[in-house]
Amino acid sequence: MTRHMKMDNADTRRRLDDMVQGAVGAPLDRPDGPLKVTGAAHYAAEQPTDALCYGVLVRAPAAKGRLLNMSTNAVMALPGVLAIVSDERMLRNPAQGTANEAPVQGVHEIAYFGQPVALVVAETFEQARHAAQALQLHIETTDEAALDPLAVEPEIPEDKQSSMGDLDAAMKNAVYRVDETYTTPSHSSAPMEPHASIAQWEGEQLTLRGSYQMLKYNRNELADSLGIEPKNVRILAPYVGGGFGSKLGIAPEAVAAALAAKKLSRPVSVAMTRPHVFETTMRRSETRQRVRLAADAQGRLTGIGHETLVSNLPGERFAEPVTQATAFMYRGENRIIGQKIARLNRTCAGSVRAPGEAVGVTIVENAMDELAEQAGIDPVELRKRNIPEEDPTRQVPFSSHKLAEALDAGARGFGWEKRNAIPKQVRDGEWMIGMGMASAFRVNMLKEAQARVRLNANGTAEIESDQTDIGTGTYAILTQIACDMLGLAPENVTVRLGDTDLPPGSGSGGSFGAASNGTAVFLACEELRLQLATAAGCAEPDLTLKDGKAIVGNRQVIIAELLPSTALEATGHIEPGDASSKVRQATYGAYFAEVAVSAITGETRVRRMTGAFAAGRILNAKTARSQCLGGMVWGIGMALTEALEFDPRYGQIANHDFAEYHIPVNADVPQIDVILLEEHDDWANPLQAKGLGELGICGAGAAITNAIYNATGVRVRDYPATLDKILPGLET
Amino acid sequence: MKPFAYDRATHPSDIAFADAGAAIIAGGTNLLDLMKLEVMTPDRLFDINRMDLSSIQQTENGGLKVETLVTNSDLAADMRVRQHWPVLSRALLAGASGQLRNKATTGGNLLQRTRCHYFYDTAMPCNKREPGSGCGAMGGVNRINAVLGTSDKCIATHPSDMAVALRALGATVEVRKKSGAVQSLPLGTLYVLPGDTPERETVLEAGDLITAVCLPPPVKGRQIYRKVRDRASYAFALVSVAAVVEVVDGKIARADLAFGGLAPVPWRDGAVEELLIGNAPSTSLFDAAADQLLRTAKGHGGNDFKIPLARRTLKAVLEEATR
Ligand SMILES: Cc1cc2nc3c(=O)[nH]c(=O)nc-3n(C[C@H](O)[C@H](O)[C@H](O)COP(=O)(O)OP(=O)(O)OC[C@H]3O[C@@H](n4cnc5c(N)ncnc54)[C@H](O)[C@@H]3O)c2cc1C
Ligand code: SF4
Repeated sequence: MTRHMKMDNADTRRRLDDMVQGAVGAPLDRPDGPLKVTGAAHYAAEQPTDALCYGVLVRAPAAKGRLLNMSTNAVMALPGVLAIVSDERMLRNPAQGTANEAPVQGVHEIAYFGQPVALVVAETFEQARHAAQALQLHIETTDEAALDPLAVEPEIPEDKQSSMGDLDAAMKNAVYRVDETYTTPSHSSAPMEPHASIAQWEGEQLTLRGSYQMLKYNRNELADSLGIEPKNVRILAPYVGGGFGSKLGIAPEAVAAALAAKKLSRPVSVAMTRPHVFETTMRRSETRQRVRLAADAQGRLTGIGHETLVSNLPGERFAEPVTQATAFMYRGENRIIGQKIARLNRTCAGSVRAPGEAVGVTIVENAMDELAEQAGIDPVELRKRNIPEEDPTRQVPFSSHKLAEALDAGARGFGWEKRNAIPKQVRDGEWMIGMGMASAFRVNMLKEAQARVRLNANGTAEIESDQTDIGTGTYAILTQIACDMLGLAPENVTVRLGDTDLPPGSGSGGSFGAASNGTAVFLACEELRLQLATAAGCAEPDLTLKDGKAIVGNRQVIIAELLPSTALEATGHIEPGDASSKVRQATYGAYFAEVAVSAITGETRVRRMTGAFAAGRILNAKTARSQCLGGMVWGIGMALTEALEFDPRYGQIANHDFAEYHIPVNADVPQIDVILLEEHDDWANPLQAKGLGELGICGAGAAITNAIYNATGVRVRDYPATLDKILPGLET
Repeated sequence: MKPFAYDRATHPSDIAFADAGAAIIAGGTNLLDLMKLEVMTPDRLFDINRMDLSSIQQTENGGLKVETLVTNSDLAADMRVRQHWPVLSRALLAGASGQLRNKATTGGNLLQRTRCHYFYDTAMPCNKREPGSGCGAMGGVNRINAVLGTSDKCIATHPSDMAVALRALGATVEVRKKSGAVQSLPLGTLYVLPGDTPERETVLEAGDLITAVCLPPPVKGRQIYRKVRDRASYAFALVSVAAVVEVVDGKIARADLAFGGLAPVPWRDGAVEELLIGNAPSTSLFDAAADQLLRTAKGHGGNDFKIPLARRTLKAVLEEATR
C-alpha cells in the first residue's frame, strides 16, 4: 500500500503533536554511533571482500593538454601489477548533484591538474600506489591553461542576471551607501572519509560499495558512464563518513573501479588518497562579489546590488549560486543581481555545504556591518529594520519568518548589549577583543522521497530506503518519527538505508534529507495507522499508540495483537508541489562571535560563539545541535584559515593535504552555544520540519570577520582573514 | 611507496652498513609520509626503535643528555626540562599534535624535512627533491617559505620547533659516525644552508647516527618560546622565537635568541645578540635588534609579511623577557 502526498498547500494538521510516544525532538543518540566508534560499521573501502585487488588513480600533472601515451609496459612489469586502465569512459570529474547522467568523460583531453587519466591496479594497495607513481605520462601541452579568473573573458548567462527598479538612482539618492568588492577563495569539502568504491561484477550485474550521498541518481550516473542499464547496477552506501556535497554525484573512482573489476573479473577497490580528494572532487568556487547597499536615514534599504564572478571547468552547468538568498534577505525595491562565470582549468566546482549562501550571505552580512557602522545603527537593529513583509523579489508571503526572534534570542544569549560599537576599544593584554554578528539565511527545499515501513507480527518495525546517512543522524530521526507514529520504543525500530534495492529516498543534500525522507516515513506510518485503526475498529484519529500498545477509548491491546500473522507494510511517497511557489520558504538564524586578535601578530582566535536558529520542528535536539555546531565550525574555517591555493603557473593545488589546508582543529573551536527556536512551518511538509544541515554556515564567517573589525578596525574583504591581512592595519 | 628492505638495528654499529640509499626510521611520522608520496625513496630502512637509546640523564656538568629515541612527549614532560630548560618544553608542546609527539623522536625531529608545498609534490620542480629541476616555490605559492639564509636554488624553511629552542639553548648533537667514532656537534653546525646544493641539509653522512642531544647546564634568565601560526594548534610556525634573556642591573646580560619559520635552518644571529648585550632594554634597542636580524631578509611575494611579522614578534618577546 502506498500513501502519496504532493506538497501543494500548507498541511495544518500537525499530526505529530497528537502523538504521545515522545520520541520526536528528544536527543536520541544515533543508533549508528556505537558501530562507528567501535569500527563495526564498515565504510566503503573497509568492506571485507574476497579476492580484492586495489586500484590507484593516476593524476594528470598538467592543467591543460592532451595525453598522448604512457609507459604501460614498464609499469605492468612491476611486482603485483594486474592492469592499467585508461579508458574513455573514465570520468573527467564527478557528476554534479542530481545530474542523473554521466558527467564529462575521457582521459585524453586534460582540463585540470589532477584529472584522473588512468587507474593502476595491483594485488596490494602499496603496489598499486607505487606503480601509479611510476607511470610516465606523455602529455602534449599546446594551448595555455586558463588559471586566473580575472584574466579570462567570463560568460554572462542571461538567466543569471536580473534587476528591479533603478539601483543606480537608489545609490545616488541614498543617505548611507556601501559599494565594496569582496573575495572568497576556493574551499574543499574535505570529508573525513575519502571517496572510495569497491566494484564487483556478477555477470552483467555490478555491485558498488561506495561513499555517496544520492544513490538513486548515482545509480543512473554510474550506469550511464559505463553504458549499461541502471537495473544492472546496485549501489550500497550504508555508512558515509561525511560528504558535504562532494559525494552528491558519481565520482571518478567509482567508474574506474567498475571498469577495472570488469576487465580483471575480480573485485577492485579504489580509495582516493587525500591529495586526490582535494584535486579530483568538487571544490567550492572562489567568488568575487560586488555588493551595493543603498539606505535611507533610518538605515532602511532602498537598494541591493549583488554581482558575482565564479568559475568552473568548461562544460559544467553548475555555477556557485552566490546570490540565492539575496533575493529575499532584506527589503529594498531597487535591485541588481548578476553572475559571471569564468571558465578555468581548475578542479571542478560543485556543491559544497550550503552552496550559495555559505559565501553569499557571509559577504552581504559583511556589507551590512559596514552599513550599520556608517549609519550608526546597532547591527542587530539594522537587520530587524530590514526584514521584509513579504518576499521582495517574488512578492509572495513567507511561510514563516523567525529572523527577528533569532536575532533577539541570540543577542540575549550572547550578551550583545555589552559590545562597544566603536572599534579598538577593548583590550585584554596584547589581545584586542571584538564582537560581531551576522544573520543566517538558507533556502528550504523538499524533494521527492519514498520509504517503506514494515510492522512485523512481533510488534517491531523496519524502515527501508535508499536514503543515506552521511553522519548527520538520518538513522536516528527516521527511527524517532516511526516511534511516535507507531507508538514504539526506539529499540523496536530498525532502519535500513543506503541500498538502491530499497525504495528511493531523496538523497542527502541541500539540507532536504530529514524533511523529505522523514515525511516519506511519516506517510507510510499514517497508512499503517489507518490499517491498525481498522483492525481496532476505530477511526485513525481516535487511535493512540504508545509503548507497543494501542489505546482506543478505555480499551488497551498490544499492537502485535492487531496485526495479521504476516507483516503489515506501507510505502510513503512525498513529492514537492506548488507550495514552494506559493510562499517563500527559508530557514533563519543569527550568529554572534567574540574574537581576540593579537595586537602583535594579527593572529585571531575565536573566544566564543552563539547561534540561534529557526528551522521548523526540531526532530532530534542532539543531532540538530550537532549540525549547527558543525556549520559554525565551518564558519570559523572560512573566516580564518581555509583556502585552496592554486599555483599561478601550473594550476595545481599547492596545499592539497590536511597539514596545509587548514580546517579548524579543536584548539580553534571555542565554546559554542546553540539556541534552537520553536517553529512549526506548515508549508514545509506534514512534519513542519525544515533543513538544518547547512544553516549553521550561512553567514557564520561574517560574524567573525565583523568581530575582527570591531576588535581592530581592520576590514578584511579578502577571505580568509589570515594574520598577514590584518597586520598592515595594526599599529607598529 | 617504493619497495624497500627492512632491517631492525639493535645496536648503533648496525647502522654502519647504511649506504646512500638507506634511511634510518625512528618514529616514522615524517619519513613514512614522504615515502608514501615517494618524495623519499630509500631502498633500505634501518629501524632503530629497539636500540637502547631512550633515556634522559643528568650530565656531569649539570646539563642533560637526551638520547635520540626519547619521544617529544616525554621530553616535554620531563620535570628537569620543564624546570631548567622550559623554552624546550614549550617549543615541543607548540609542535604538531599529541598523537604525533607521542611517536616523534628527538633525532627524527631534528632531521624532519621541510614542508615546502613543492617539495611534497613529485609533479612539481624542486631542487631539494630533484637537484637541477628548479625551485617551484619561487614565483609560486610561497607563503610558508623562508626570508633569511636562502639561495637562488631554494627558499625552504626548516620546520622544527624543538630545534629552534635547542639552538637558543646552545645544545650539541652527539653523532656516532659510520666509522664508530663519536662526534659532538654544536647544533648550529649540524645544519647547512642550501647554497647550490639544497638537497644537502646537514653535515651528516650515510651511516651516521644521532645518538643524543646534550643540553648545557641551565643558565639564569627568562625563557620564552613564541610561535606564530595560522591556527591555534597543529600548524607549523610562520615565525617563531626562542629566547633566553637575562637582565642584570638594568642591562641585558644574556640574549640567546633563535628563530623558526624564517630560514632553512634554525636561525641564530650573533650580531643581534651582541647588539643587545650590555644595553638597557628599550624599544629603540629592540628595533635595532630587529633591523640587524632582518638586514638581509628577502621576501618572495607570498611570504613578504614574515619580515614585519618577525620584527614584531622579536620585539614582543624581548619586551616580555626584559619586563
Ligand atoms: C601534520 C603534522 C604536523 C606537524 N607539526 C609540527 C610542528 O608544528 N612543529 C614541529 O616541529 N614538527 C611538526 N611536525 C613534525 C614532527 O615533529 C616530525 O614528524 C617528527 O618530529 C619526526 O620524528 P620521527 O621520530 O617520527 O622521525 P622519522 O620520520 O622517523 O625520521 C625523520 C628523519 O630523521 C631521520 N632520523 C631519525 N632518527 C635518526 C637518528 N637517530 N639518526 C639519524 N637520522 C635519524 C630519518 O632517517 C628521517 O630522515 C608535524 C608533523 C605532521 C605530520
Ligand atoms: S624552496 Fe626548496 S624545497 Fe621548496 S621548491 Fe624550492 S627547492 Fe624545493
